[in-house]
Amino acid sequence: MAERIMNGSEVVLQALADQGVEVVFGYPGGAVLPLYDEIFKQNRIRHVLVRHEQAAVHAAEGYARSTGKVGVVLVTSGPGATNAVTGLTDALMDSIPIICLTGQVPTHLIGNDAFQEADTTGITRPCTKHNYLVKTPEKLARTLHEAFHVASSGRPGPVVIDLPKDILVGKAPYLEPAQVQHRTYNPVVKGDRADIERAMALLATAKKPILYCGGGVINSGAQACKLLTEFSRMTGVPVTLTLMGLGAYPASDKQYLGMLGMHGTYEANMAMHDCDVMIAIGARFDDRVTGNLDFFSPGSQKIQIDIDPSSINKNVPVDIGIIGDVGHVLEDMTKVWKAKQYKINAKALDGWWKEIDLWREKRCLSYKQPKDVIKPQHVIRRMHALTRDRKTYITTDVGQHQMWAAQHFGFEHPHEWMTSGGLGTMGYGMPAAMGVQIAHPDATVICFTGDASVMMNIQECATLKQYHLPVKTVILNNRYMGMVRQWQQLLHGSRYSESYSESLPDFVKLADAFGFTGLTCKDPADLDAVLQQMLDIDGPVILDVAVDDKENCFPMIPSGKPHNEMLLGDETNEDQAIDSDEGMVLV
Amino acid sequence: MKETEISKHTISVLVENESGVLARVIGLFSGRGYNIESLTVAEVDAVHHKSRITVVTSGTPMVIEQIKAQLSRLVPVHKVSDLTLSGPCVERELALVKVIATGEKRVESLRIADIFKARAVDATNNSFVYEIIGSTEKIDAFIKLMEPLGLSEISRTGVAAISRGTLTM
Repeated sequence: MAERIMNGSEVVLQALADQGVEVVFGYPGGAVLPLYDEIFKQNRIRHVLVRHEQAAVHAAEGYARSTGKVGVVLVTSGPGATNAVTGLTDALMDSIPIICLTGQVPTHLIGNDAFQEADTTGITRPCTKHNYLVKTPEKLARTLHEAFHVASSGRPGPVVIDLPKDILVGKAPYLEPAQVQHRTYNPVVKGDRADIERAMALLATAKKPILYCGGGVINSGAQACKLLTEFSRMTGVPVTLTLMGLGAYPASDKQYLGMLGMHGTYEANMAMHDCDVMIAIGARFDDRVTGNLDFFSPGSQKIQIDIDPSSINKNVPVDIGIIGDVGHVLEDMTKVWKAKQYKINAKALDGWWKEIDLWREKRCLSYKQPKDVIKPQHVIRRMHALTRDRKTYITTDVGQHQMWAAQHFGFEHPHEWMTSGGLGTMGYGMPAAMGVQIAHPDATVICFTGDASVMMNIQECATLKQYHLPVKTVILNNRYMGMVRQWQQLLHGSRYSESYSESLPDFVKLADAFGFTGLTCKDPADLDAVLQQMLDIDGPVILDVAVDDKENCFPMIPSGKPHNEMLLGDETNEDQAIDSDEGMVLV
Repeated sequence: MKETEISKHTISVLVENESGVLARVIGLFSGRGYNIESLTVAEVDAVHHKSRITVVTSGTPMVIEQIKAQLSRLVPVHKVSDLTLSGPCVERELALVKVIATGEKRVESLRIADIFKARAVDATNNSFVYEIIGSTEKIDAFIKLMEPLGLSEISRTGVAAISRGTLTM
C-alpha cells in the first residue's frame, strides 16, 4: 500500500477516526493550535471543550467507563499537561483506558525551558501505563495506533502521547491501524488450563466458598459479568463486590452479599473473614478491602484471577494464581466445572448460607429517617427508587456521600457506576458525569457529590450549560468534609481541624449564574417531590440537599483492624472513639 | 525459603532500546521502594535495538516476585530473567581503582594487584590505576586491601551477568 502523506495534525485526526474515536475532551493552547485547526476543518470527531484539563481526563474516564471504549483527551503543553496529571493518575489507579494527547514545544526548543514547556513524558511516566514523545514524523501514525493497543489491552490504563508542534505542522506518512503491530506488548488473555482445573477441584471441596469480584470483571466486559452471574448461580457460591466492581453482579440477587471492605456490609466482610475458599476475580486485595493484612481471611485457600501478573501475590499470597482475562477464565472455569461434573458440597453450603443469614440479620445498612432532618442515605435510597424505570448512570465524588451511594444505590448492570476508587479524587464526579452524558445523551446521569467535593471542579458547570448536558448533581450538603470530620471524630478526639465548610456558595444562585436550574431541599417530607422535579427538568440541575451533619458512614472497619471487628452504626454513639494509636498512623 | 527472609537476586531485563526506558526501570524501583544494589545497562543488539539491563536487588521472595512482575509489565520490556533462580550464572564487574602512594605502600599495592590479577592500566611516579574484573565480592575485597595503601578513587561498572551453559534469555 502506498504511503499517504499528510500533515501531522491530519495524521492524528485520521488515526483517531480509524480507531473509532467519536469524541475528544480537551482544551486548546499554543502548542496544539495546529490540531485545533484540523478539528475545525472536519466533522467526524466531536470536540467537547472543558474548563480545566483535569476535568477533560475525568470526562474521558466517565465516557470510557460507561461505554467500554477508550476515552480521548487533548490538552496543550506545560500547564495543560500538568493539570491533566491528577486525571491520569486516577485512570491508572482504576485501570481506565485513556489516550491523552499533549502538545509540546517544537523539537528544537525541547530542553530550553521554552514558554509552556514541561517535561511531560518525565512527569507522566509514573502516572501512565505508558507514554511517548514523538520526535520524528515517521513515528507519528505508528505511535498513535500502538498507544490505543496499549491503553485498551491487558490491564487498561492511560497513555500519553506528547506531540511537539513541529511534528503537528510538518508532513508525515500515514499508516492504517492494521499495518501496526506491537513488538513487545501482547498480554495473555487465556488462563492456564491446569491452574483452572486445580482451582475448580479446590472449589469442589469448599464448605464456605466466596467469590470476591472487582473492577476487572467490568473491564473485561458485559459478557464477563454475565458469565460471573451464571457461574455463581450454577455453583450457589455467595458473591461480594469491591467498590470498583459494583454492577458486575446484580445487587438484587439473593446470592449477593453487598460491597466488602472498609465501608462494606457486615455479611460481606464476615463471610470474607470466615470463608475457606476465596476466588478473587479481577480484584487486587486493596488495603480498603483487606483491612489488617495479618488477620485477613486467615483460614481460606485463595485463588486469584487477574490479567495483570503483578496483581497476583502483591499484598496477599494466594494458593492458585491464574493470569488471564476474567471473561476467558470464567468461560473455562464453567467448562471445567461442567466437564468434571463437580458439585458443591450442598450440605456445607447450606450451613454457610445459614451463617450468612445470621450476619444479614444485623441489617448493617439500616438507618432511621426522622421527621425533622434528611438522612443522606435516604436521599440515595429515594433516588434509586425514583429512577428504577430509567436507564440511569451514577457518578460520585469522594467521601461519605460516595460510600453511601455505593452502599444504598443497587447497581444491577455493569458500566453504570463511575467513581474514583483507587486514587480517591475529589472533583471527579461532575466531569465524569459530563463524559457519561456525552456518551449516553438520552440516559439519566446523576452525580452524587458533597459540599466540599463539588467545589473542586465546579467550573465544569459551564461545560454542562454549553453542551446542554442534563446532568443531575445532587449535593449531600452537611457543611463538612464529612469523611474527614468522621475520622477526626473517631480517631482525633473530635478535633475538627479545618474540616468545616465555611463560606459555602448559595448553590441555587450558583446554578442560576451558570444559566441552569438550582434546587434546594431541607424537609424530609419534600424530598421525593424535589427529586422528581429535578428528574423531570430537561437540562442540568444542581440540587442542594441539607442533610444530617452528624451522620457517620457505617459500617466501618477502622484502619488496622481485621474484617470481623467492624463498627456498626447503632452501637456507635456520639462520643465513641476508636482507641488505637496504630489506626491513627494509617490512612 | 522463609517468607520474610531477604535474599539478593540478579535480574536481567531485555528492553527495547528507546529513550526513557532506563528512567522507567529506575522510576519503578524508586517509586515502589525497591532496592537497587547495582545497575548495568548497554545495547546488546544493534540490529533489533535491544538493550540489556542487569539489576542486582534484594527483598523477600514476595517482593522479588513483585519486582519481576512489575518489570515485565513495562511496555518496552521484552523479557525478564531472574538469573539467581534460573540456575548457575556468571556475574562479573569491572572496577578502575586509583591508588596514590609512594615507597613501600606503592610496592605493596602492586603485589596485591598481582594476587588479584588486576592490571595497572595507568601509572605515574606516585600513582596507579588498576583495572580489576571479577565478582562483586572479589572487587570489594581488593578495594578493602587497597584502603590503607593510598586508595583515592573508585569507578565500578556494576554487575553484568549471564547464565552458564546453553540456557539463553
